[in-house]
Amino acid sequence: MAPTTSARGPDEHSRMPAGSGSVQHFDSETRRKAEELISVYPEKRSALLPLCHLAQSVDGWLCPDAMREIAELVGVLPAEVLGTASFYDLLHTEKVGHHVVSVCTNIACLLRGGEELLAHAESTLGISPGSTDAEHAFTLEEAECLAACDRAPCAQVNGRFFGPLDPGTFDALIDDLRKGALDDVVPPHGVISRVARDVGLEASSANEREGAGSSDIGSGSGGRG
Amino acid sequence: MTITDAPKIVSSRFGFGDSHTLERFLATGGYQGLRKALTMTPEQVAAEVDQASLLGRGGAGFPAGRKWSMLRKAPVRYLVVNGDESEPATFKDHHLIERDPHQLIEGTLIAAYAVQASQAFIYVRGELALGLERVQSALNAAYSYGAVGRDIFGSGFSIDIVVHPGAGAYICGEETALLESLEGKRGFPRIKPPFFPAAIGLYGEPTVVNNVETMSNLPWIIMNSGAAFAALGEGASTGTRLFALSGHVRNPGVFEVEMAKTTFRDLIYAPVYGGGIRPGSDLKAFIPGGVSAPWFGPEHIDMSLSQEEVAKAGSMLGSGSVVVMSDQACAVRAAWRITKFFYRESCGQCTPCREGSGWLEKIMHRIELGAGRDEDLELLLDVCDNISPGVTWPPAQTTICVLGPSIPSSISSAVRMFKDEFLVHVKEGGCPYA
Ligand SMILES: Cc1cc2nc3c(=O)[nH]c(=O)nc-3n(C[C@H](O)[C@H](O)[C@H](O)COP(=O)(O)O)c2cc1C
Ligand code: SF4
Ligand code: FES
Repeated sequence: MAPTTSARGPDEHSRMPAGSGSVQHFDSETRRKAEELISVYPEKRSALLPLCHLAQSVDGWLCPDAMREIAELVGVLPAEVLGTASFYDLLHTEKVGHHVVSVCTNIACLLRGGEELLAHAESTLGISPGSTDAEHAFTLEEAECLAACDRAPCAQVNGRFFGPLDPGTFDALIDDLRKGALDDVVPPHGVISRVARDVGLEASSANEREGAGSSDIGSGSGGRG
Repeated sequence: MTITDAPKIVSSRFGFGDSHTLERFLATGGYQGLRKALTMTPEQVAAEVDQASLLGRGGAGFPAGRKWSMLRKAPVRYLVVNGDESEPATFKDHHLIERDPHQLIEGTLIAAYAVQASQAFIYVRGELALGLERVQSALNAAYSYGAVGRDIFGSGFSIDIVVHPGAGAYICGEETALLESLEGKRGFPRIKPPFFPAAIGLYGEPTVVNNVETMSNLPWIIMNSGAAFAALGEGASTGTRLFALSGHVRNPGVFEVEMAKTTFRDLIYAPVYGGGIRPGSDLKAFIPGGVSAPWFGPEHIDMSLSQEEVAKAGSMLGSGSVVVMSDQACAVRAAWRITKFFYRESCGQCTPCREGSGWLEKIMHRIELGAGRDEDLELLLDVCDNISPGVTWPPAQTTICVLGPSIPSSISSAVRMFKDEFLVHVKEGGCPYA
């Protein structure tokens, strides 16, 4: 996963979140969600990956300013956020397409035509695995096993499963995505879950350890609905 | 064919379209196991699980009761449920997470009570978007229902559960890498000793890490007794187990079968399970327990699905995933793809794993593509030997975690069983199956 950013100016174009000082990238709603996420962990840094997911769900990718703000929120250096995020396949420190299409070619899919499906996907989308089209509509990835081998050969689009697929059904899927016909089923890229926790921590032991006040989500509106 | 009349323990609700909802769960005995557990002492609950001799379902097959008893005494302890499920061809937890999230939560609560955990975490593979939604919705509903949180069902026991999303890295399924990941770091496995989770786990506190399926068995065990669970299966392989069957069978899928009483033949051929090899082909080989496991041939087809039997024959039941290859599959190609997986997923901390996986992948790929050399077979085995001396089973350990030593399994299996195919690839300059 070598970075291919061409313009390496300061900030916006740089992959490396340099500098320090206060950043205000998240809007107030995102900031509130971020603080809620942090509050359910005994240590702030545990929220690092959930916050990266949160930032991606807003921006579509993990931009340098988001990484800076996450760093500030969980108390690490921006470079540590980048260094951690870059370890994980689902976190994109470069822009990706609106639809991230991941075709599995691992063993169960291989046996049922996964490699041929990936080759077909390349020709349909006109891009090779690991790249994004010019319109930022699609990113194509060769995936490792997606834990859906009973649907082999299969693919995911923005975290939703499709399979078994053949060239015909794959093309139909891409058509539907282009037309927006699957917008209800397939969330925007970066949204791994459309369901949020609706309650803070309740168990007393945890609250005692954290000290008063810090561990209830949206105090006042939280609790059992 | 033996299809035993063992009850469905973890997949009993799979037939319902709304199996993930609280309504369906409560209408089918949901949270009764937890209610019962809370009337017992934590020691009694642990004793029941010990008596069931429930083997961990995550791959290593360590008895859950024993694991809990090894937990260091400390004021703060954690329970972490491993739902990272990324071992190729393993997809049983995916079904449990999506189709019965309340059962998983109930099992987690029972375990948390037994080990008196301060907080519990369910780590779900990030790719399982629907699964994450289902578990979080179920957890929200469980809080409202009073099954989780403060003073559960008026018992005085309190615990919070947090659903934590992974972000795409196979190695985070390894328990110490999972803890690193949960602490907001790269998924680098920790060195054991000293970092055995039971002693020094999450945030340095004693921690139990158990698999999703392991947890999902607990409500039934508490309701029906450990003895009833142990009465199913044979020897150490008690109870039922979910098997993920994939590859060249007619009906790939997840099937719950009684352990030890059922054979690979039953699983692969019975019409209610795999339904046999795809038309027009015969069985060539199968992987009995995930891609880290050495392969079996048709001569092993009547072996029972027993952890001990499979271990005795030189492989493992592992994560319960059986991959079937028909005579239309190329052994070289299959082993190459598995090697490529390890190459991509090695975390890079240990030289034998990081470098060895790359070497093996390159050699395997050139053989498959027809550019192999006469000396490649020897070279392959030499690299395998450098990763895990002797290329034995179970593999000798040279690295921080067992991912590295697992890499040679598929290659050494393919060479042992299908050496001719390698030779043909080299001699004819191409894949005879292509
Ligand atoms: C490379 C590697 C990957 C693993 N992946 C998983 C996994 O995805 N899910 C899982 O439950 N266990 C996985 N394990 C096993 C865990 O380390 C651990 O043994 C298991 O979660 C314990 O649960 P159990 O005792 O209930 O089986 C993996 C181990 C290794 C070495
Ligand atoms: S064996 Fe491989 S995956 Fe495991 S710690 Fe070493 S380099 Fe990482
Ligand atoms: S091998 Fe493709 S989903 Fe498992």
